[in-house]
Amino acid sequence: MSGAESWTRHSSTPKLDRIMVSPEGVPLNVTVAPAGARAGALALDILIILGLIIGVSLFGFLLLWGFEAASGVEDVFADSGPLNFIAVLWIISVFLFRNAYFLYFELGDRAATWGKRAVGIRVAARDGGRLTAEAVIARNIVRDVELFLPLVFLTSGEAEGSMTDFTAWAGFLWVAMFLLFPLFNKDRLRGGDLIAGTWVINNVKRKLADVVAPSAPAQDDQSAKRVYEFSDDDLSVYGEYELQTLEKVLRTGTEESLITVTNSICSKIDWQPGMGDERAFLEAYYTALRARLEGGLRFGKRRKDKFSKDI
Amino acid sequence: MATVVEQDDAIATAALKSDRFRLEREADWIRLEQIVTQMEKGKSRKLDDEDVLALPTLYRTLLSSLSIARENSLDAGLIDYLEGLALRSYFLVYGTQTSFGRWLREFFGGGWSRAVQSIKLEIWISLFVMIAGTAIGYVLVAGDSDWFYALVPGNFTDVRVPGASQEALRGTLFDTEDQDGLGVFAAFLFSNNAQVSILAFALGFAFAIPSILLLIHNMALLGAMVWVFAQRGLTVDFVGWLSIHGTTELFAILLSGAAGIHVGRAIAFPGNRSHLAAASAAGKRAALVMAGVIIMLICAGLLEGFARQLINNTAARYAVGGTMLAFWLSYFFLFGRNQKRPLS
Repeated sequence: MSGAESWTRHSSTPKLDRIMVSPEGVPLNVTVAPAGARAGALALDILIILGLIIGVSLFGFLLLWGFEAASGVEDVFADSGPLNFIAVLWIISVFLFRNAYFLYFELGDRAATWGKRAVGIRVAARDGGRLTAEAVIARNIVRDVELFLPLVFLTSGEAEGSMTDFTAWAGFLWVAMFLLFPLFNKDRLRGGDLIAGTWVINNVKRKLADVVAPSAPAQDDQSAKRVYEFSDDDLSVYGEYELQTLEKVLRTGTEESLITVTNSICSKIDWQPGMGDERAFLEAYYTALRARLEGGLRFGKRRKDKFSKDI
Repeated sequence: MATVVEQDDAIATAALKSDRFRLEREADWIRLEQIVTQMEKGKSRKLDDEDVLALPTLYRTLLSSLSIARENSLDAGLIDYLEGLALRSYFLVYGTQTSFGRWLREFFGGGWSRAVQSIKLEIWISLFVMIAGTAIGYVLVAGDSDWFYALVPGNFTDVRVPGASQEALRGTLFDTEDQDGLGVFAAFLFSNNAQVSILAFALGFAFAIPSILLLIHNMALLGAMVWVFAQRGLTVDFVGWLSIHGTTELFAILLSGAAGIHVGRAIAFPGNRSHLAAASAAGKRAALVMAGVIIMLICAGLLEGFARQLINNTAARYAVGGTMLAFWLSYFFLFGRNQKRPLS
């Protein structure tokens, strides 16, 4: 879809902005998670998995130690019964951590591992449909080739000293090829995303802010509290972009910025800025301008900014 | 009631039509936001039934509010809020809705069989490749027994080498190794085989060629072994020793290779669809097969670790191996055939 639609939003990384059409046919603005966030989430997840493995190993030793203390066996490592049991437990839990950790969390409501949650990203189906269990399985099975296998290959080969320069470099290239894969496509897909039809996007969480100009009286209000009146000429100098800049100032601006904006608007429309009543003035101007622009909107006329044609 | 009156006042006195639009609807939005926040925190069980039932309706109302606001309101803060909330509730309404239990039931009750049936062509290719690999291994070693050492990694070549005596070889087939270690052995075998088959699948990503090479290499190893035992007239015993878990394990490896080839083929020859669409459709189908492969390998690990060491005569080994093969074949190709695919 073209980016020219009036409702497309732009985030701080416009290159990663995408449109996802919901099954109801309403296009939603999403932002693909940048590579840095992905890498950070992955690093966190690996640390967590390592922590879990170390935890299970320690727990195994504790069990052994407890068994030794309880049964009075001198050297528990000579007796293969409990050792075997714990070895089985260890092998299975390491396998599960390695493979099921990602599956379990990405199948949850938030479709994100702890690492992904921490950096505020999540997995979603690329076509806007439902994220299926199969897709999550597919994207995570491929992770094994992309990440764990080369890591195991590199570390084990180095530990044994059996690796020639060539195999070391081949292994390195392998890791680099898959690890850097997301950088070579615009949607930051890794191999698993490609096969599963998923992508990773940013979470959004915004509070509902108050009405921008609560104190401004309606345009058709004839009572005495109406202080400012703007003619059509006064309102025809700005477009939507300026309106929304003014909205930002009214929502978050300091007193000083209110004064600055008041002065620049007044010089534009040839008014004499009064002192001490900037907020009331700006709210009144904002409301009047918005009423005018939204009135045009209802007839299908938009004015993007002050350089565009007046409605 | 005081708040309602105030609310009405606010709506009545709002200066702008778009603000009135917002004030009339914001109670619904805030309710939806609260439900969504609860669900995101994993507390969906604590929600009232009423709220859960209201979620889809509130979501669709919100989408329509968003569409209206985009065309009628110039309040950027409001539209941003609606965009964010729409996305969050979209993910909950269209999230991974199956619970793990329900997915599992669907999976065993025909989903797995159908996935296997849908990659039939690749299963034939994979079977052909595996038989060819075994034959290559056998022929190579038969021609020059030095090939054996090139094909078989060091840790297998204890006594099972070309020229070993019949007694030594028979020992490897029927000696009950230390039975204490069986559990560990089974767990280790499972973990190892599972990683190999995951590799066979995942390599399919690179146009299936590495998957095929991996299958050939692993089967050549088997062919070489068969030759060693055949030299001493132990073929039947060796195959029996192998078949007790091998029918399950080799079948699992066959399926994972087929799944890899399926993905590779979809990427290389996507047909009418785009490469990405073809890859993701094939990948999802193959992922189901792979989830099943892991389960088969758990069975194979148990059979290999326990049954093979405990059942000590060739006929019983053939019986167990044959039963397993018959079970898998009938489960995959007879079961779940006539069921319709659920709409997804």
